[in-house]
Amino acid sequence: MNNSMDFLLWVKGPAFEIALFIFVAGILIRVIEILLLGRKADLSEARSSDVRAGIRTVLNRSIPESGILKKAPFVIIVGYLWHICWFISFFLFVPHIEVINYLLGISWPGLPNQFVDTAAVIAMISLLAMLIYRFNHPVLRFISTREDYLVWLVTFLPLLSGYFAFHHTFEPYAMLLGLHILSVELFLVIFPFTKLMHVITVLMARWYNGVSLGRKEPENQEVQS
Amino acid sequence: MTNVVIAEESKGKLNLERGLNAFREQIDAPVAAFFSSCVHCGLCAEACLFYTETGDPRYTPINKLEPLKRIWEQEYTLWGRAKKALGFAKPVTDELLEQWEPLIYDACSLCGRCSEICPVGNDISGMIRKTREGMVASGHAPEGLVGASFRAVKTGSPMGVKLPALQAQIRHIEADTGMTIPIDVQGADYMALLSSMEIINFPEYIEALAKIFNQAELNWTLCSEAFEATNSGIQIGSSDIAQELVERVVRGAEKLGVKTVISPECGHAYTAIRWEGPNLIGRKYPFKVVHILELLDELKAAGRLKTSSKESMSVTLHDPCQVVRKGGVRAQPRELLKLVNDNLHEMPDAGKMNWCCGGGGGVSANERAEPLRLKVFKRKRDQIESADVEAVVTFCANCRMMLEEGLEHYDMDMPVYSLTEMIADHLEPSVEEPSAVNVEEEDNE
Repeated sequence: MNNSMDFLLWVKGPAFEIALFIFVAGILIRVIEILLLGRKADLSEARSSDVRAGIRTVLNRSIPESGILKKAPFVIIVGYLWHICWFISFFLFVPHIEVINYLLGISWPGLPNQFVDTAAVIAMISLLAMLIYRFNHPVLRFISTREDYLVWLVTFLPLLSGYFAFHHTFEPYAMLLGLHILSVELFLVIFPFTKLMHVITVLMARWYNGVSLGRKEPENQEVQS
Repeated sequence: MTNVVIAEESKGKLNLERGLNAFREQIDAPVAAFFSSCVHCGLCAEACLFYTETGDPRYTPINKLEPLKRIWEQEYTLWGRAKKALGFAKPVTDELLEQWEPLIYDACSLCGRCSEICPVGNDISGMIRKTREGMVASGHAPEGLVGASFRAVKTGSPMGVKLPALQAQIRHIEADTGMTIPIDVQGADYMALLSSMEIINFPEYIEALAKIFNQAELNWTLCSEAFEATNSGIQIGSSDIAQELVERVVRGAEKLGVKTVISPECGHAYTAIRWEGPNLIGRKYPFKVVHILELLDELKAAGRLKTSSKESMSVTLHDPCQVVRKGGVRAQPRELLKLVNDNLHEMPDAGKMNWCCGGGGGVSANERAEPLRLKVFKRKRDQIESADVEAVVTFCANCRMMLEEGLEHYDMDMPVYSLTEMIADHLEPSVEEPSAVNVEEEDNE
């Protein structure tokens, strides 16, 4: 019991601080690295406001185009399910909100535990489904790298360990909670150096796409067909 | 400089080092943000007709960017530099570029569907355009495109069409119609550009312009020093060549002092002169650029485009990618078609998310790509089939050629028309008298 208590104290203390430092510093480095590259001003005469096009694309890209939804419904539906359930599991679980409140001094209302529990299960199932799909789909199997599988594992572990900790599946609980926090730390540490960065850079990517392509769009109309 | 880049004999000067430098020059904040955001979801494959029609996962758009991605990761990220220092990075080699050349040139028409589909917003086709800069500088561009670019710089046209060829076509049209085709009219309001494909294969386009502009009493001209609008530099991916070709047009327009330059129907010509041009020459134009359909739509709104008859045959409209999806000229084609035909049957995904004819982005100039191009035309064939029509209307000379070849390949006997020509064929029949305006102008010189 003492050993697991020591372990829990270590992961909650020094290990957490180190992980958080790498997470924050890593993200800052990555974002600055991108911004410092800059981009040339577009000298062609814009047809419509590029700022509005940028904002529009940041928002609109969350809605799949109807043709692609028909062609690849699995990726899109499971993708949605995954992101929503992950968000609920992480940001709307009361103990998590308390940790965030302790760290940043901000908080918001959470959801009932049973609800979050269900979301976590759906998140895990959708992750597993996507892994199986990745193994089997010719395109996904072809373009997947070791990083994709590493990121999958490191994203899955916090959910699994969190689920076990919440249900006290194993004893001692301190060890279980410690493992959960450790898995989150692993997630934080690899975040800035892998495709997990998309959480941040998706906003930049959509923005740049929007301003460069959207300035050619007709004003006030989106004729689709 | 430009001649050096493409002259066949100077191939030794195109080497890996130059290629790597060209890749480096293309890395900017958007590229870095795009690569950082890719989660390998694979949706771009479903947007690409080269994948959907072949099922070959190598044609997944994001996979086509491997060379550019490696340069970015290994040289522009801290983590990548560390991996490279520790010997974990796979370098960009001639072998890699050779392997990727058919993916980047034969299996991408720069149609831009992937850039519209990508959920994280990556402008993948824009990055393929960038990747081609490194490919051509390293000597890994297809022969067909190298030849076209060489001819474009040397003779002024990718198809080797020189001024006498245009003059001959003009003489024919003038003899047939009695109209005058104005050329080098100083101070004209509009300067029309053509594509080689139009001069050689579809001279009716020139006649159509003359008819419509005469009726509208438009003060227009062609320019003997800058009549070619197609830009092989954009297709092969050489900014040097592209810049030289754009500069010719700009010099011609400035010399004549025109207010507006008219892009022909041709989609890549439009992209070149309208969107890439000012960035290639590094300054804004002192004139406006409009696509021919934008101009026709303006003339229609001003009551200067008057048609007198309509066709009832069933047609479908093929949207050229560079004009519609990437150029934003979207409502005009349909509005204009209504003038001459009221039996339009749209294809699935028509409009912004249309499917490419398969021959854009230099694919049609690259003989090696022909079997693949005809194979992936299956998508267009199916679309046209499902529209169940008697004819296809489009507004790009290259699309038109590709549609004709593709339909023939799949044994579909169906005519393909140019929208501008269709409109010219249905003008109100009082076009004789305004042509005097142009004659007068020429007399004044």
